[in-house]
Formats: sequence, structure tokens, C-alpha cells
Amino acid sequence: MQEALVVLENVSLAYGKGASATKAIDDVTLTIRKGEFVAVVGPSGCGKSSLMKLISGLHPPLNGRLAVDGKPVTSPLKSVGMAFQSSNLLPWRSCIDNVLLPLEIVQPHRSKIRSDRDKYKAKAKGLLESVGLTGFTEQFPWQLSGGMQQRASICRALIHEPEILMLDEPFGALDAFTREELWCTLRDIQAQRKVTVMLVTHDLREAVFLADTVYVMSNRPGSILKKCDVALPRPRDLEVTYTQEFQNVVHELRALIGRKHQ
Amino acid sequence: MNREDFTHQVLPPALFTLVLFVGWEAICRAFVVPVTILPAPSNIFDALWEFRAAILDNSWVTLWTTLVGFALATAFGLLLGIAVGWHKSVYAAVYPVLIGFNSVPKVAVVPVLILWFGLGEIPAIITAFLISFFPIVVNVATGLATTEPELEDVLRALGASKLDVMRKVGIPRSLPYFFGSLKVAITLAFVGAVVSETVGANKGIGKLMLDAQAAFQVSIVFAGLLVLAVLGIVLYAATALIEKRFTGWAFRGQNR
Ligand SMILES: Nc1ncnc2c1ncn2[C@@H]1O[C@H](COP(=O)(O)OP(=O)(O)OP(=O)(O)O)[C@@H](O)[C@H]1O
Ligand SMILES: [Mg+2]
Repeated sequence: MQEALVVLENVSLAYGKGASATKAIDDVTLTIRKGEFVAVVGPSGCGKSSLMKLISGLHPPLNGRLAVDGKPVTSPLKSVGMAFQSSNLLPWRSCIDNVLLPLEIVQPHRSKIRSDRDKYKAKAKGLLESVGLTGFTEQFPWQLSGGMQQRASICRALIHEPEILMLDEPFGALDAFTREELWCTLRDIQAQRKVTVMLVTHDLREAVFLADTVYVMSNRPGSILKKCDVALPRPRDLEVTYTQEFQNVVHELRALIGRKHQ
Repeated sequence: MNREDFTHQVLPPALFTLVLFVGWEAICRAFVVPVTILPAPSNIFDALWEFRAAILDNSWVTLWTTLVGFALATAFGLLLGIAVGWHKSVYAAVYPVLIGFNSVPKVAVVPVLILWFGLGEIPAIITAFLISFFPIVVNVATGLATTEPELEDVLRALGASKLDVMRKVGIPRSLPYFFGSLKVAITLAFVGAVVSETVGANKGIGKLMLDAQAAFQVSIVFAGLLVLAVLGIVLYAATALIEKRFTGWAFRGQNR
């Protein structure tokens, strides 16, 4: 058992103040281990994205205890890699320059990027090649397909070797084939780098295929309905999604989410 | 320039303008319109040639006062736009005043400017400035406000300061808006300078037209109008060209 990286104890979160405040997260307690792959599923609007913002330090908790690496979180964590459903690449930057963006912000790279640009470029190139974007590094985002943009966006989230990777429905806008391909890409990245991943998704198969632990959230205000440990052995192959064991886990999760719509 | 560009982009406007002038000439001749009411293009071109020295001299004054006023408006508008986009409280503080200010007809301000600075180029410069900075402010502020919140999250989660987000995303993102507003602003600045000259000045196309009008030299008035129109087109085209240069990425798909 590895050490805990993220600890939440009875944490709630609200938007707005006073009487008009909407509670988005209510009384969440969970622990994420270093190197763990966590998936969060739940009905729309239940606070999954809010949970991500909370852990990254982008939005302060209303109450409860929130600590990352043993230290209470009071401001943005400074080295979380994030990617969203839309790739959000900057259209005036080439693919590789988009990937280099975090290095222009995160220390110690920030002060070195000018002098060591070639070295960093080589690194970004390697990363892009590892997700199958060889030969597209100098292209602009609009010259890439949606799936390619998403790959680049994930590279951007990884370039500074963050301790935590936060993915908010990163494959939501992709077709089924591209999605499964990117599952494997993400699986390999995580296996290789041992990065801690928090994946928000609506796709239960995606959650079960990729994650060590799946958290199911209730309707708003979101709380943890169930913590589900996925016992499928690693490395997992796409074939595993057709096994009975896999289907059973997916069904179990589906029942939990279905129940709330009564 | 290749053949395609010529037939699609140069020929149609040139033809249309020609037709316009020919039609104008034909109407003047057919109905024998007096020169003091509506001079025919041929009269106007005659006047243009005859008084070319005076027209050139005065055009130059109008042109440079416009450009100085426009440059001031660009610098000021950019700074104010960034300030307004920077923080909600700056926005709240200056917006009502800005809108009120923009609603005041600038013709009404010119006499005051003449009172302060005397007859000369300065009132024209200031009028050009006053009339043209508003669209720049609004557009820059709008551009900054359109930064995707998710992208901001990506950067803030990396520890980016507000200034970082502004430099890396906000300002580049608002550039198309900025350059777009320059096209509007340059035309307005031009109008401002000419309006100021017609209220009171000792040089400039506006002043020339005012004098010609007083002397019933209507073809010179129209020659002045023609020069204004041509200068307006040239200035607009110049800013449009600059816009394309700097923000080609915003025009993707149209010419790629
Ligand atoms: N910036 C905000 N200001 C006010 N309320 C917000 C804000 N962001 C989210 N909320 C509210 O918080 C609740 C949770 O939102 P959140 O975005 O975390 O949901 P989600 O689980 O990510 O939903 P989805 O699956 O649709 O992305 C929603 O009911 C929403 O109305
Ligand atoms: Mg969400």
C-alpha cells in the first residue's frame, strides 16, 4: 500500500455566498494514493468537475479538511496537469508550442525555457510521438482532427511531469474507436510514469477499464455513494472489456446511477 | 497577384465604381443639373486637377492629424481595454462614464478645444482621438472576456498568475478583436479630424471644403468629398491588411 497523496475529510463546496449559495459537494471523504488511477462517475451536474477544481486548489472548500502531500490546500497546487472535453489548444500556436505552454509557467522550467528551448522541444516532440502525433508537431490545432487535438491536449497536461493528472471527460467528444485507442494511450502513459490520475467520465466502461478505484457520486449536492475497487489485473487489454467480470462491475455501477432517477 | 485574385477581388469593385461614376455623369448631363447643385464627375476631376496643389497640401494636414489622433487612440484604447478586462471593478467604475462620454456628439466639443488650444491642428488631433478610442476599448475588453474558463483553469492549476494568463492567452486572444476595431477606429478618427476642421481650423480638407462652400465653388467641395472617400478607403485597407498580417490564425478556413 502506497502513501496517501490526496486526503479529503468531510469536505463540502458551495458556489456563491449566503442564502443564494448552491451546494455542489457535500461531505466527501476520500483518499487517493500516490500513483493511483481514480475515476469519478455520477449523474450530470453532481459536482464531478467541482471536485476536480477543489482538489486542484482552484476553488476553496466550504468546510472540511483537504490536504495534498500532507499540506492543506489553500491556493492552486502549481503543478497539476489538466485536460478537458474540449482540447482548448491555442489556435495561434503550433501543436508543439501548445504542448510547451506549461513550461513557460511552471518553475523551474519557466526560467530555463529560453536558454534550453531545444532540449525542451525535443522532450515535447518525444511526448507527442509517444501518443502517435509524429509528423504533426509543427501543425496548427485546426489542422488536426478532434482526436489528435485531444492527444495534444493530454501531452500539454503531461509535459511538466505533474504529480497529479486531472482529466475532465477528456474523451467525451470522440467517436468510439478513437476513444478506445486513447484509453490504451492513457493506460500506457499512466503505467509508464506512475502518475496519479483523476478521471471524470460519463462512460462507465471507460472508468472500469482504466481505473483502480471508481467513485460513484450522488445527485447534487454530490457525495460519494460508493467506492468500487476494480480488481481486474494489469496490464489490461481491450479484450478485458468483453469478459463477464468486467461486465459485472459495469452493471453494478450502472444500477447505482440508475437508482437516483427513479 | 494571380489571375484568380484579379477577377475576383480587383475587377468587381473597379467595375462597380466605374459604373457608378458613368451613371452619375449621365444623369447630370441628361437632366442638365446645374454645377452649383450637383457637379458631374468630369467637373469634379477638373477641379481636382486645377486645385491639386491646395488639395494635396490640405489633404496632407488632414491625413497626419488623423493618424496622430488614431495612434493616440490606439495606445490609450489598448491600455484602457486591458484595464477594463483585467478586473470587474475597473469595468464597473469606468463603463458608465465611457458610455456617457461616447454619447456626447464630438462636434459639440470642438469649440471648447479651439478655445483651449486655438485654431490649428491640435483640436483636430484631439477630436480624432476622442471619437475613435471607444470601439478599441470595447473590443479589447470583449476579447479578454472571451478567454475560456477551462483554459484559465488549466493555467491557474499550474500556478499561473493573472498576468501570466493575460500574457499567454488573454492578449493574443483579443488581438483579432483589437485589429478588427482598428478598422472602425481609423474611419472614425478620419471623420473626427474632418468634423473638427469644418468647425474651425486654418488647414485641412474640412477647412478647404468650408471655404469653397462659402465661395460657391461646389465642384471643389465635391472634389474634397472625393478625396475624403479615397483617403478613407486607403486607411481602411491599410488597417485591414495589418489585421490579416497579425491575426491570420483567426481567418483560418477562409483562405487556407
Ligand atoms: N461557477 C459556478 N458557479 C455557480 N454554480 C456552479 C458553478 N460551477 C458549477 N456550479 C453548480 O455546481 C453543480 C456541480 O457542477 P459541476 O460542474 O461540478 O457538475 P459535473 O458533475 O461536472 O456535471 P457534468 O457531468 O454535467 O459536467 C451544478 O449544479 C452547477 O449548477
Ligand atoms: Mg463537468
